[in-house]
Amino acid sequence: MRASRLALVGLAAVTLLLSACSTDTPTETPPGDQPTQTADGEWFVRADYDRQLAQRAMTPEGPADKPYLQAIQPEWIDTAKFKKDGGDATVCFSNASISNPWRVTGWITMQQQVEVLKQSGDIGEFRVSDAGDDDNKQISDIQAFVEAGDCDSIIISPSTTATLTPAVQAACDSGVPVVVFDRGVQTDCAVTYIHPIGGYAFGADAAEFLVKNLEPGKKVLALRILPGVDVLENRWAAAQEVFKGSGIEVLGNEFTGGDGAKIKDIVSQYLQRGDVDGIWMDAGDGAVAALEAFEDAGKPYPVFSGEDELTFMRKWKDTGIKAIAPVYSNFQWRTPILAATMILKGEKVPSEWVLPQSPITDAELDDYLARNADMPSLHYAKFGGEDLPGFPDAWKDR
Amino acid sequence: MSSARKLADAGRFLISGSGAVYLVLIAIFAIIFANNASFFEPANLMLFVKKAAPLLILAVGQYFVIVAGEFDLSVGSLVGAQVVLAALLIDGQESRTWPVILLMLLGGAAVGLVNGLITTLLKVPSIITTLGMMLVLFGAIRLLTGGAPTGALSEGFRVFGRRGIDDVPLIGQLPWALLIIVAVGAAAVLLMRSSFGRTLVAVGDNEKAAGFAGTRVWWVRTAAFVLSGLSATVAGILVGGFAGVTSQVGDGMEFVAITAVVLGGVVLGGGRGAVLAAIAGALTVESLFTLFTQLSVPSTIRPTAQGLIIIVAVAYASRERSRRHTPHPSPKPPEPNRHSDVALSKE
Repeated sequence: MRASRLALVGLAAVTLLLSACSTDTPTETPPGDQPTQTADGEWFVRADYDRQLAQRAMTPEGPADKPYLQAIQPEWIDTAKFKKDGGDATVCFSNASISNPWRVTGWITMQQQVEVLKQSGDIGEFRVSDAGDDDNKQISDIQAFVEAGDCDSIIISPSTTATLTPAVQAACDSGVPVVVFDRGVQTDCAVTYIHPIGGYAFGADAAEFLVKNLEPGKKVLALRILPGVDVLENRWAAAQEVFKGSGIEVLGNEFTGGDGAKIKDIVSQYLQRGDVDGIWMDAGDGAVAALEAFEDAGKPYPVFSGEDELTFMRKWKDTGIKAIAPVYSNFQWRTPILAATMILKGEKVPSEWVLPQSPITDAELDDYLARNADMPSLHYAKFGGEDLPGFPDAWKDR
Repeated sequence: MSSARKLADAGRFLISGSGAVYLVLIAIFAIIFANNASFFEPANLMLFVKKAAPLLILAVGQYFVIVAGEFDLSVGSLVGAQVVLAALLIDGQESRTWPVILLMLLGGAAVGLVNGLITTLLKVPSIITTLGMMLVLFGAIRLLTGGAPTGALSEGFRVFGRRGIDDVPLIGQLPWALLIIVAVGAAAVLLMRSSFGRTLVAVGDNEKAAGFAGTRVWWVRTAAFVLSGLSATVAGILVGGFAGVTSQVGDGMEFVAITAVVLGGVVLGGGRGAVLAAIAGALTVESLFTLFTQLSVPSTIRPTAQGLIIIVAVAYASRERSRRHTPHPSPKPPEPNRHSDVALSKE
C-alpha cells in the first residue's frame, strides 16, 4: 500500500514537472525555434497570403455605396441555364449556426434582405435550417433540401470545410444552383462562392498596424480564440509573417475561447511579469476585458488590434487608445440572397465572389460609431444593412 | 500535546487522503513561486483572488449538492443565464442594479428549487434533472437574446467582481470578492456544523438510514439544490463583475466546479468530505490554470496535463478510503432513535 502511494506521489510530481519542462518562457525562446513561430506551417500557403494582401489594395468592381455587391477580380460566369421565370422562388438556406454575435448580426441582415426580395416578388419562400455547429446535422439538413426537390436555389454556410464537401457536392449534383458563403468547401461545384478577402488579410491588417505603431523591441501579446479553425489560423499565420523580422517581440499566443474572464486573467498575468505594449487579437470578442486588465493593473493602454464589434469600438472611443478594428466583412450575409436571385434571373455572377474587406481606422471611428449609435453592444459596425427597411429596429431588438 | 507531536499530526494529515488537496495546492504554489515570485506580491495575489472567486463560490454550492449525494450540472448554464439576463435587464442603468441583483437571487433560488423538487419528488436522477435544466437555461437564453447577449452591466453591478476597498495598508486594495468569499466560506462552515449540515451529510451517506432517523430527505436535498442555485447567482455576479458580458460566460463551469469539489476529497455519491477542502480544491484548480499560463504550457496540451493531475490527486486521496472503508451493500436500516451517529464523516 505504501509503495503504491509513493508511486502515485511520484507520478503526480512527474506530471507537474513535465508540464513545467514542456516549454520555456517565451522570452527565452529564439524566434523560429517553436513550430508556431514560423509562418510556413500547416496553416500558411504563401500564394494565398500574397494574393490576399494584394487584393486589399485593389479597387473592387461594382457600386461603391453597396459594398455587398462589389467584387474583387471577378471572373463573371454565365448563369442563363439556371434562369427561372415567374419569380416567387423557393430559396433554401442551410446555416452552420448562429452561435456567436457575428453570425447573429449577419443572420438578421440576411433575413431583412429576404424581406425586401419577398416584397418585390423575387422570393416566394425562404426555408432555413440551423445546424447548431453540428456537421452531421448540417449534412442531413442539406440532404433534406435536396430530397424535398422544390428548392430553386440552395444557399450553404458550411460549418467545417472538409466534412461538408460531399454534402455540398450532392446539392450541386441535384441540378439546382448552389451558393456557398463564409467558410469554403473543397469543391468549386457551387455557382458562386462568396467571401470577404480572407483571414490572411485580417491578420496582416492587425499586425501591420502594431508594427507601424510600435518601436522595434516592443512586446506584443497575441490573444486567440481556438486552435485548428482555418479562418482563425490564417489570421495568426499572417500575423507571424508580418511580425517576423519587424523587431517586435511576441510574448506569447494564448487561446481564450473568447471568454472575457479568461482573457482578463491571462493579460493580467502577463502584466505581472512585465510590460505589454501591444495586443493582437484574432477576433474582437472580449477585447474590452483585455483593456480592463491594463486599467486594473494601473498600466498604460497598449496599442490594440480588435475587431469592428461595437463594445470594443465604443471602448476605443472612450479611452482614446491607439487602435485599429480589422473587419471580417459582416455584410457578406446579404450577398448570397442577392446572388441567388441574380442567378435565378440568369444574370452573370462572379464564380468566386471576393467582397471587399477593409479595417476601420481611427479616422473612420466616429463615422461608424455614429452610424451604429442605436445598435446593441455585440453588433458589428460593418454589417451593411443601413438601407434595409427594417433598420434600425430589426438589429436593435434582437 | 507537544508542538513536535502537533507538527507530526499535521504532516500525517497532509499525506493522508483528505489532506492531499492541500499538498497539491502547496506544491503548485511552490512551483509558481519558483517561477515568478512576483505572483505573491499583494496586488497580484488580490488579482488572483478576484479571478478565482467565482469558482470558489460555485464549489461551495456544488459541495452541498454532492455531499448530499446528488449532482448539479446546471450551474454553468445558470451563471451564464444570470449574467446575460442581468445585462439585458440593467442595460447600463445604475438605478436598476439592486433590483436586478435581488431578482437574480430569487431566480437562482427558484432554479435550485425546481432542480431539487424534480429530483426528490419526481425521482428523476439529479444528473438528468440538472442536465435538462442546463439545456433549458441555455436554450431559453438563446431564444431570449437571439443567440448573443445584449445590453450592458452597470458599473455598480461590476463593483463586486472588479473593485475593492482602496488604500488598505500593505495590500493596497482589498477586493470585495475576497470579503464575499470569506463570508460565504464562513457561513458554509457554520452551516455544516449546524444540525442541517450534519443531516445533509447523513442523507448523502445513507439516505434510508437518514429517512428512518426521521429526516425529511426530500427537503434536505432540495435545500442543497437551492443553496447551489444561490451560489451560482453569487458566482454570476462576481464573474460578470470581473470581466463583463461575453457570450461564453459560464461555459463549462459546472465541470470545473465538480472537479474542484472532487479534488477536495469530497466523495461523489455523498456522505463524505469537508466544505473547506472543497474550497481548497477550487483554489487548486485555479492555481493550476495560473501555473499553466506562467509556464507558457501550450494551450493545446493543458487539458491533458490538467486531467492527469486531477486523476492522480483523486486516486491518491481515495487510497485511504478504499483501505478502511469497504462499500456496504445497503445495510440494514438502523433503529430509528439512533440517528445521532449515523455515518458522519470525519470532518
